[in-house]
Amino acid sequence: MTMISEEHKKEKLGFEETELRLGLPGGGGIVNEDLVKNTNANGKRWYTETVDLKLNFALKETEKGENLQEEKNLISCSNDSVKPPPKAQVVGWPPVRSFRKNIMAVQKSSSEEGGGGAATFVKVSMDGAPYLRKVDLNMYKSYQDLYGALGKMFSSFTMGICDSQGMIDFMNESKLMDLLNGSDFVPTYEDEDGDWMLVGDVPWEMFVGSCKRLRIVKGTEAIGLAPRAVEKCKNRS
Amino acid sequence: MVYSFPEEVLEYVFAFLSSDKDRNAVSLVCKSWYEIERWCRRRVFIGNCYAVSPQIMIRRFPEVRAVKIKGKPHFADFNLVPERWGAYVYPWISAMARSYPWLEEIKLKRMVVTDESLELISKSFKNFKVLSLSSCEGFTTDGLSSIAANCRNLRELDLRESEVEDLSGHWLSHFPDNFTSLVSLNMSCLGSEVSFSALERLISRCPNLKTLRLNRAVPVEKLASLLRRAPQLVEFGTGACSTEIRTDIFSNLVEAFSGCKHLESLSGFWDVVPAYLPAMYCVCSRITKLNLSYATVQSPDLVELISQCSNLKCLWVLDYIEDAGLKALSSYCKDLQELRVFPSDPYSAEPNVSLTEQGLVTVSAGCPKLQSVLYFCRQMSNAALIAIARNRPNLLRFRLCIIEPQAPDYLTLEPLDTGFGAIVEHCKELRRLSLSGLLTDRVFEYIGTHAKKLEMLSLAFAGDSDLGLHHVLSGCESLRKLEIRDCPFGDRALLANAAKLETMRSLWMSSCSVSYGACKLLGQKMPNLNVEVIDERGPPDSRPESISVEKLYVYRTVAGPRADKPDFVWTMDEDGALRFS
Repeated sequence: MTMISEEHKKEKLGFEETELRLGLPGGGGIVNEDLVKNTNANGKRWYTETVDLKLNFALKETEKGENLQEEKNLISCSNDSVKPPPKAQVVGWPPVRSFRKNIMAVQKSSSEEGGGGAATFVKVSMDGAPYLRKVDLNMYKSYQDLYGALGKMFSSFTMGICDSQGMIDFMNESKLMDLLNGSDFVPTYEDEDGDWMLVGDVPWEMFVGSCKRLRIVKGTEAIGLAPRAVEKCKNRS
Repeated sequence: MVYSFPEEVLEYVFAFLSSDKDRNAVSLVCKSWYEIERWCRRRVFIGNCYAVSPQIMIRRFPEVRAVKIKGKPHFADFNLVPERWGAYVYPWISAMARSYPWLEEIKLKRMVVTDESLELISKSFKNFKVLSLSSCEGFTTDGLSSIAANCRNLRELDLRESEVEDLSGHWLSHFPDNFTSLVSLNMSCLGSEVSFSALERLISRCPNLKTLRLNRAVPVEKLASLLRRAPQLVEFGTGACSTEIRTDIFSNLVEAFSGCKHLESLSGFWDVVPAYLPAMYCVCSRITKLNLSYATVQSPDLVELISQCSNLKCLWVLDYIEDAGLKALSSYCKDLQELRVFPSDPYSAEPNVSLTEQGLVTVSAGCPKLQSVLYFCRQMSNAALIAIARNRPNLLRFRLCIIEPQAPDYLTLEPLDTGFGAIVEHCKELRRLSLSGLLTDRVFEYIGTHAKKLEMLSLAFAGDSDLGLHHVLSGCESLRKLEIRDCPFGDRALLANAAKLETMRSLWMSSCSVSYGACKLLGQKMPNLNVEVIDERGPPDSRPESISVEKLYVYRTVAGPRADKPDFVWTMDEDGALRFS
């Protein structure tokens, strides 16, 4: 459920950003309250009403003010190039179901990783737990998703996670030490070089491509990893 | 009237009537037929959960065994309906739990289903047999555990394309050891791994299992073992088929498939490594339905597989098939009735595959039984549409999505009015139509004039003025569902055709030009309609009446205004005032 609302939020955000461009291929035109269509040189149409709906900031003003605002925005649009905007993400267009979009996004990211389109199953072990689990990293879109799933699998497990992206700020060593000392368990992973790293050091897609195994260790045990992780991070940037 | 048949005889005769239309007609003949019919109606279909209340349904039909209910408007599939909009099934389940103890089937589409609802279902209906949740949401795998544990006579559990919060795969293990009645299981939308041994045991002890659609978490190397335990399967969906190909896995798979003499439908194939496809060749000649829409496989490999499926009736595939693949399809699969081509990369500005209008034209020419089309592409021409229309006058469903909004005929740069006009003119039985590309009011004139059997129409970024909407509402006699987004249709056409809306199931209009004032007027004029304004900017009263509403959903109802509206939905009522819930 969280996945959907997050995606919905993302789409909404993208949509708001591109609102001005929706249905507006540019070109001149006289703004008229009653006008429902206008045609520019390319024969394309835009709709004042469509613009009206989407300019949220414009709607806070009075009606008259709104039209003025509309005019300003439309005129500024008409100064743009006549070409249609690059694939602005219009909400719900093209009409592909979220279900399908999610699957395709996962497949795309895994193939971009050069995983050959493979599902990325990795073993997950937790110190002290009597059983191993396997997770398909491609099922998750972010560290948050993965933490949620791991948390449910090993329910006594608490994550000492840092920022909203789930990424760890490795540049701040003291912050890192506090984190590791404070938390019960911390996820670590074996990367393609065979090194054990703290989960969260690289962008999600990169992590999916390089993670070979997951191991959830006690926070204090992970401290040994931290300096190396910081070093690797510094070397990368 | 001197005599009439005894009730028992009439009941016996009515039992042969399965269509709702026939039963509705019969119940209008006279009062006694109405009474007899309502006591023996066993199946009820509710196309809009807000058109009627559970109480009304129960009062009229006291002995129902199967219900099918649909909730959110279709555009909810594309995120156009905000979250928390509604379509909660709980009130229905709770009412039926009290009044239909013998209920056997519940089929839901686009409804919000909670674990609480699932638990109530599992405990209330002793003879419960069929649960189908299509594009539903709101429940977790815990809800599934209740169903598995308590529904001793369950035959079907179908979760197709629902959004399930996947807490673990443990739910499957809740089917008791003495549970053997399963006929159909579709868990393809679930993420987590179920216990494989529990799955194996379940399959082994259910001899009537005909449909098994696995989820991605079941790897290809485990499929053989499952197929060997269920050689009677008719419909099978694989999991992810991405494990690196190995001879032993491959040969096991070939052997297992060759034991399945009744397979007719295949699906799944997530991330399939092309080298696995030949394992299925031995069943291809019997296959009538093939869903490859999650297989990111290139055209040559697809063609290899499809060329073996001479009895194929239905194909869902990604645009990786390309024009070349569609050409092969049209020459090998002469029985094809339904084709759906989905976009592999809908958001990229440039085409990533060589799929054009030509592919569809070729299939329309080569497949004489083609009646149902869903096609995503990046270019279209009037000439192509006219060719398709002439080739296939037997089309029933035609949904075309040209990815760029308002894209003109790429050859002439003209609108696609004449092309779609040809479709409605030639395809006289057309029931469903989705338009795209550059379209003027002209196309709606054609539709209003010719599309007399059209029941569902979907529009986006089309038309010039109210005249367009007016043509549709006044001309399309069979119209039941109309959904519109981003079209310059406004007050005049809507108000002039208000009466038409009572003959339809529903009308959806978003990002159009319908003013709040017009919505109020419509609500006032038409007491049998719920005129709902959806607006996330706050109460429509806080803005001038001439401002267009964000979204409008109008539907006929005998249940009055909704009582469960969220804070961004307002019902326009008879007093012309706002009704809050």
